[in-house]
Amino acid sequence: MKIEPADVSKVALLARLDLSAEEMQAMAAHLSGIVGYVQQLQEIDTSGVEPMAHAIELRNVMAKDVVAASLSRDAALSNAPRHDGEYYLVPAVLGE
Amino acid sequence: MTPPPTSTPPPVGAVRPYTVIVGLEVHVQLATHTKLFCRCPVKFGAPPNTQTCPVCIGLPGALPVLNETAYYLSVVTALALNCEIPAYTKWDRKNYYYPDLPKGYQISQFDLPMSCNGWLDLSDAQGRCSNRRIRIIRAHLEEDAGKSMHDEIAGRADTRIDLNRTGTPLLEIVSQPDLRSSAEAKAYLTELKLLLTYLGVSDCNMQEGSLRVDANVNLHIPVGSGTPEEIIETPIVEIKNMNSFRAVERALDFEVDRQYREWQATGKQKGEMPKQTRGWDDIHEVTKPQRSKEESSDYRYFPDPDLVPVTTTTDQLEAIRSTLKELPAALRLRLITDYGVTPYDADVIVNQGRTLADYFLAVADQCGDGKQACNWVTQEVLRSMKEGNLTIESFPIPSLELGRLIQSVQAGKLPRSRAKEVFGVMLEQILDLDTTLSRLGIQAVDSGALTDLGRELLAANPKVVADVQAGKEQAIGALVGQAKKSNPNVDPGVMRQILLDLIRQSAG
Repeated sequence: MKIEPADVSKVALLARLDLSAEEMQAMAAHLSGIVGYVQQLQEIDTSGVEPMAHAIELRNVMAKDVVAASLSRDAALSNAPRHDGEYYLVPAVLGE
Repeated sequence: MTPPPTSTPPPVGAVRPYTVIVGLEVHVQLATHTKLFCRCPVKFGAPPNTQTCPVCIGLPGALPVLNETAYYLSVVTALALNCEIPAYTKWDRKNYYYPDLPKGYQISQFDLPMSCNGWLDLSDAQGRCSNRRIRIIRAHLEEDAGKSMHDEIAGRADTRIDLNRTGTPLLEIVSQPDLRSSAEAKAYLTELKLLLTYLGVSDCNMQEGSLRVDANVNLHIPVGSGTPEEIIETPIVEIKNMNSFRAVERALDFEVDRQYREWQATGKQKGEMPKQTRGWDDIHEVTKPQRSKEESSDYRYFPDPDLVPVTTTTDQLEAIRSTLKELPAALRLRLITDYGVTPYDADVIVNQGRTLADYFLAVADQCGDGKQACNWVTQEVLRSMKEGNLTIESFPIPSLELGRLIQSVQAGKLPRSRAKEVFGVMLEQILDLDTTLSRLGIQAVDSGALTDLGRELLAANPKVVADVQAGKEQAIGALVGQAKKSNPNVDPGVMRQILLDLIRQSAG
C-alpha cells in the first residue's frame, strides 16, 4: 500500500504536526514501508477469527474508589512550557 | 426536488406542518470519590490543578486502572434504564487535540459499550406530555476533559487550563431520536434526573456540571400529496452549551423554528451539508454556529492497550439488580395502588424527590390514611415549604407528628376545623402535637358531652327545631355557633350532625 503525501498531510494535521514539503515526501516513503510490512498479515485467512480487543488475557482489573495523593500543583505545572503558578497557559482558544 | 414553499411560518400555537425529531446525549458525573482511571479526588471547587497525577495529565509511562465504584454505578444506572449489559466491554481511545485534553485522547467506549438497548418511560399525570417510551441506544463510561478559561481582559491573550476535572467519570446516555417536542425533551430530562437521584448514582447538579445535555434535532416535513407521503428531512444540528433544562427547552424551540425558516429559504436537506454544531446563547436566546471541527473530527478510535476488558456474568448482574433501589415509576404506582393516592398526586409527591416521598410514606403509615396524608403533604407541607423556603430535610414538623395530628382528627380528639391552626403552631413554634394541643387548650370533647349540649340547645330553641323540621336546615347554624361559644373545642361539623340527628330522632 502506497502512502501519498496527501495522506501524510491529513495525518499531520490531525497530529498537529507542521511538516515541510520535503518532510512530507520522506514521511510518505517511511509510512509506506511500515504499512507495507504490516500488510503481509493480510495474506492470512482470518475468516471465523474473533477480533481481539486486547493482547493479554487479563480481565476486570479494578481499583477501590479511595483517594490517594495527587501531585502538588508546583510539580504538576513544572513541565509546562508556560504557567502562571495556578493554571497552565496556552495560546488563546477562540471561537467557542 | 420539491421547491420550498414560500409561505411564512405558522403563528405560535398553530398546528405546525412538520414533525420535530430530537435525540439527547446526557453526560452524568457519577458519584465517586476518585477519578475513572486514577485515584485523584473529584471534589468540586478545589483550587486549580491540585487534583491531578501522572495518569490524568498524561505523563509518559503512567498506567490507568478502572475505578470499581464508577463501573458499579454505571451498571446500576444501565439496569435501571432497562439496558442490556453485554458480558464483555472494552475501552477505546478517542483521539483529538485540545488544550484541556492532556493525553491527546479521551478514554471512552466505541464499539462495545458497557450497555445498550434500554428505555425510559415518560408518564406525566400532571399533563405536561403524553405517556411515551423513549428508547435508549446506549450508555457508556468515559472520562471528562479539563476546563479552559478564556480571559476576556484586554491584553491577556492566554487561555488558562485547569486539569482538576480531567479523568472525572462520566456516563454518557444516548437516547434514540424519539422525542417529538421541546416539552417531551424536558420531561425526559426531568424523569432521567429523578431516576438518577433516586438511584443515588449522581448528584445531577447542573451548575457544577454533573449533568450536561447536548441535543440533536431536525425536522421531518411532509410534502406533496402522494401515498405514502413524501417526507423531507432537514439537516441534523447538534446543540451544545445548554446549562439548564429550561435552556434545553428554549434552545430546541428556537432551533426548530430556525431550521424551518432555513429550509424555506434554502431547501437544504439532510446529507446536502455536513452535520452542524451550534451553541446556545442564553443571553440572546439564539443558537449560533460553532467553529467547525470538521477537519479534526476523525477520532481514529482504537482499543486502549493500557486497559484490560471487563466481563460481567449474569449472576453478577442479577446480584446488582436485586439491590436496585425503588425507581420513581415504581414508587408512583405503589402510592396509587397501596395508598389510594391519585396519579396526579403521586406524580407531585414522587417528583419532589425521595426524601419527600419518604416523609409522605411515614405520615401515611402513622395515620393509616393515604388520602389524608396526601392532602396534608401536597397542600399544607408543600405550601409551607414554599412560603418558608424550607427543604423537607429541614421541615420543623417530623413525619410522625404530622401522622399523629391526622390520627387525632380521625379519632375526634382534634376538631377538623382547628387542625390547620394546630399545624401552623407546630410549624411556627416547633412544638410537638401534645404540647401544641395543651397550649391551645384543645381537649377532646366526647360525643356524650356533645349530645348533652345538643339536647340543651334544642330545648332552649324550639323555633329553630320547628324551622329545621319545616325544611329550613340552614337554621341549625345558629345553634352550632352557640355550641362553639360554650365550648371552643366543639367541632362544628360534628355538632351540626348531632343536632340534626337529635331533631330527626325526636320527630321519629
